[in-house]
Amino acid sequence: MTTPITMPALSPTMTEGTLARWLFEEGAAVAPGDVIAEIETDKATMEVEAVDEGVLAKILVPGGTQGVAVGTVIAVLAEEGEDVSDIQVPVADAQKEAADAAQTPKAQVAQGGGAPAGSGAQGTGPRIPASPLARRIAGQKGLDIAQIAGTGPHGRVVKRDVEGAVAAPFAAAEVQHGTTTIPLTPMRRIIAQRLTESKATTPHFYLEAACTLDALLAARAALNAAAGGAYKISVNDFLVKAVAAALMAVPAAHVAWGEDALTQFHSADIAVAVATPGGLITPIVRAAQTKGLAAIAQEVQALAARARAGSLKAQEYQGGSFTLSNLGMYGVERFSAIINPPQALILAVGAGEPRVVAVDGAPAVRTVMSVTLSADHRAVDGAVAAQWLSAFKRFVENPVEMLA
Amino acid sequence: MDHDLIVIGGGPGGYVAAIRAAQLGMKTALVERAELGGVCLNWGCIPTKALLRSAEVLHLAQNAQAFGVNVQGASHDLPKMVRRSRDISAQLAGGIKHLLQKHKVEVRAGEAVLTGQGGVTVDGKAMPRAKNIILATGARARTLPGLEPDGKRIWTAQEAMTPKALPKSLLVVGAGAIGIEFASFYNALGAKVTVVELADRILPAEDAEISVLAEKAFISKGINIFTKTKVEKLGKVTATLSNGQEVDAEKVLLAVGIVGNTDGIGLEKTQAKVGKGHIVTGPLGETGEPGLWAIGDVAGPPWLAHKASHEGVACAEAIAGLHPHPVDPLRIPGCTYASPQVASVGLSEQAAKDRGKSLKIGRFPFLANGKALAMGEAEGLVKTIFDAETGELLGAHMIGAEATEMIQGFAVAMGLETTEEDLMRTIFPHPTLSEMMHESVLAAYGRAIHT
Repeated sequence: MTTPITMPALSPTMTEGTLARWLFEEGAAVAPGDVIAEIETDKATMEVEAVDEGVLAKILVPGGTQGVAVGTVIAVLAEEGEDVSDIQVPVADAQKEAADAAQTPKAQVAQGGGAPAGSGAQGTGPRIPASPLARRIAGQKGLDIAQIAGTGPHGRVVKRDVEGAVAAPFAAAEVQHGTTTIPLTPMRRIIAQRLTESKATTPHFYLEAACTLDALLAARAALNAAAGGAYKISVNDFLVKAVAAALMAVPAAHVAWGEDALTQFHSADIAVAVATPGGLITPIVRAAQTKGLAAIAQEVQALAARARAGSLKAQEYQGGSFTLSNLGMYGVERFSAIINPPQALILAVGAGEPRVVAVDGAPAVRTVMSVTLSADHRAVDGAVAAQWLSAFKRFVENPVEMLA
Repeated sequence: MDHDLIVIGGGPGGYVAAIRAAQLGMKTALVERAELGGVCLNWGCIPTKALLRSAEVLHLAQNAQAFGVNVQGASHDLPKMVRRSRDISAQLAGGIKHLLQKHKVEVRAGEAVLTGQGGVTVDGKAMPRAKNIILATGARARTLPGLEPDGKRIWTAQEAMTPKALPKSLLVVGAGAIGIEFASFYNALGAKVTVVELADRILPAEDAEISVLAEKAFISKGINIFTKTKVEKLGKVTATLSNGQEVDAEKVLLAVGIVGNTDGIGLEKTQAKVGKGHIVTGPLGETGEPGLWAIGDVAGPPWLAHKASHEGVACAEAIAGLHPHPVDPLRIPGCTYASPQVASVGLSEQAAKDRGKSLKIGRFPFLANGKALAMGEAEGLVKTIFDAETGELLGAHMIGAEATEMIQGFAVAMGLETTEEDLMRTIFPHPTLSEMMHESVLAAYGRAIHT
């Protein structure tokens, strides 16, 4: 009695993912709860656990395979002691099986591997199924059909695949001229797709302000000293709180554009941009207007740690009413950010640095931070965005007002 | 959950979706308020093909002399033609029932209504909830103000395929496939037929060149055709047209398209949206309501049984978690079973030009084909349209005998993404009408042998 192990859906919207790696080899005994494989989706890495006891009889989709459709049989579990030498490969869905078989050699080619080992192809070399039209267009464009992943029946390369490769020439580039081809991760694809769409379709406008931080820094020092190590509040935690307070003060800015209607948010769910090795991700501090600085500090720390580990759950980074992106720690003076749709606002925060400013008509040195607000003009007009920015500046410069 | 899937509507969309779902292991129920097989099988495609075959046999018998066959007194028996067509529909409807049983699809007779949150009632009685529901409720004839069908003087297709007696004259309003097929049928039987079309040509969905050839062919068979024309007023047995003409119109057939059956099925209890007379859907039949899907005529044009069936399969596969490719509208063949037949797939010449493509166009006439002459079917054309740059077959258009049986060859070629070269290398059997398909491809590249 063998049990197929299928590609799991890690979220309701997931249709495919990368089978990152296997943690057991063929023939190894596994127990319920053992993590047997890691799956990478557009945003997170998740673990596949064995449900039954048995022997990992056959791995059908090797580690490192991209675009594995949900439901595809990725391995077969057999009962202990069962003869697994002539295991029957269960075919849950012939179409998906075939697609995987076609994906596998592609992944190897992309990694520069020469041998066509693995599922499917046997003998002298991989047969590349491709439609005559796809072959001709590839020939006209100077593309190697073997470098193009097929999406047709049985992984056949069809016209739309070649046209897709033409649109993304780097995907098909060879390792030469001192460059390396790095296969796109699902996360990188999503970042590319969403931000391209945002920048291309959202009418951005930008408002800049300089905020004096001295009062905030003094408050932070006092709070952290009083905490005695119980918590440590960062400047960014103050900014999360100030963003939330400003959104409550100027609800007209707390909206999102939709084709038929605006969405008015009532809870300041602040997405905080976190750089991870895999790319940008924005975990969300929910209802930040209700939370104290210590709670925000702890939450941001925990979310950022799990973001870097790639273990965020979908609901921890989906949604959000506003995004805060802070590059101050890198010494960036100021920058403007791309709106994270469907949100209407994103605040880009530069470094707080000593600047000479006029105070009561005389030059004085203050710690000043430049911020740039990007706004979706479909949802938020300039004056409303300016009111919001002015409120934000007031809260940052007079942090005690956030207590009101 | 008693069922994984409830399909509402037992036409070629619904019953095919139900069988595919059952093949994929879903516990499936199908609700039908009238006959299994839907309009297609009972009041559309099939019975009209039976009638048109009768007309064809009559035409052959009346013209048998030309083939060296003496037939005396060939004449029609309309009630028998109608009975034959009804018998064929009944036989097929029984076949559908058997197929559904074989796949363990539970069939319920009655009127299904959505009650929201996945609920369905049949004739007012609640069914156990299902995770997914496919709406395949089909469509009905569109009506025009002042020309509302009454089943007596003003017909829809349903009355036109069950006539009590042959009318002396028939006014067909609308020159799409349905209008043209009935015009062809009644003309063959000897009624005086007038076709009125608002567009500037008949069969407006077809390539313009084919429309022109069709119009010539129908006029030569004695059908009166007025394009860019409306019906102004109905008299007792006549009608006045917008061009001032008065034409005989003992009966009037309304064939100006159809509208989706979106009313009275409880859509207002769901988030599904209706636009332009049909349910707005995503590529696999998704509606705005999770777990609610719509396919076939109720999900919009083209109103074709084979499109509905394909959507049904894709939708059932999507529900099963497979990743089917959505139906590509450019690969759905369209057929008109008049005499002569008309069939096409892909882009018309104008549509291909509008896409900014440089084209290679091939034409081959029936007159130059041996089998066509042997059959006494020397009228017609096969036209192929290629992308000059890539050799992609963009469109194929045919008029003439058996065009509707041949078009699938080009549909397969398109589906497989052949180029002109593959088609040129394909060996078509001789002597067949299909050789014209080959010659048309050769002609597009200046290589036709027989013209």
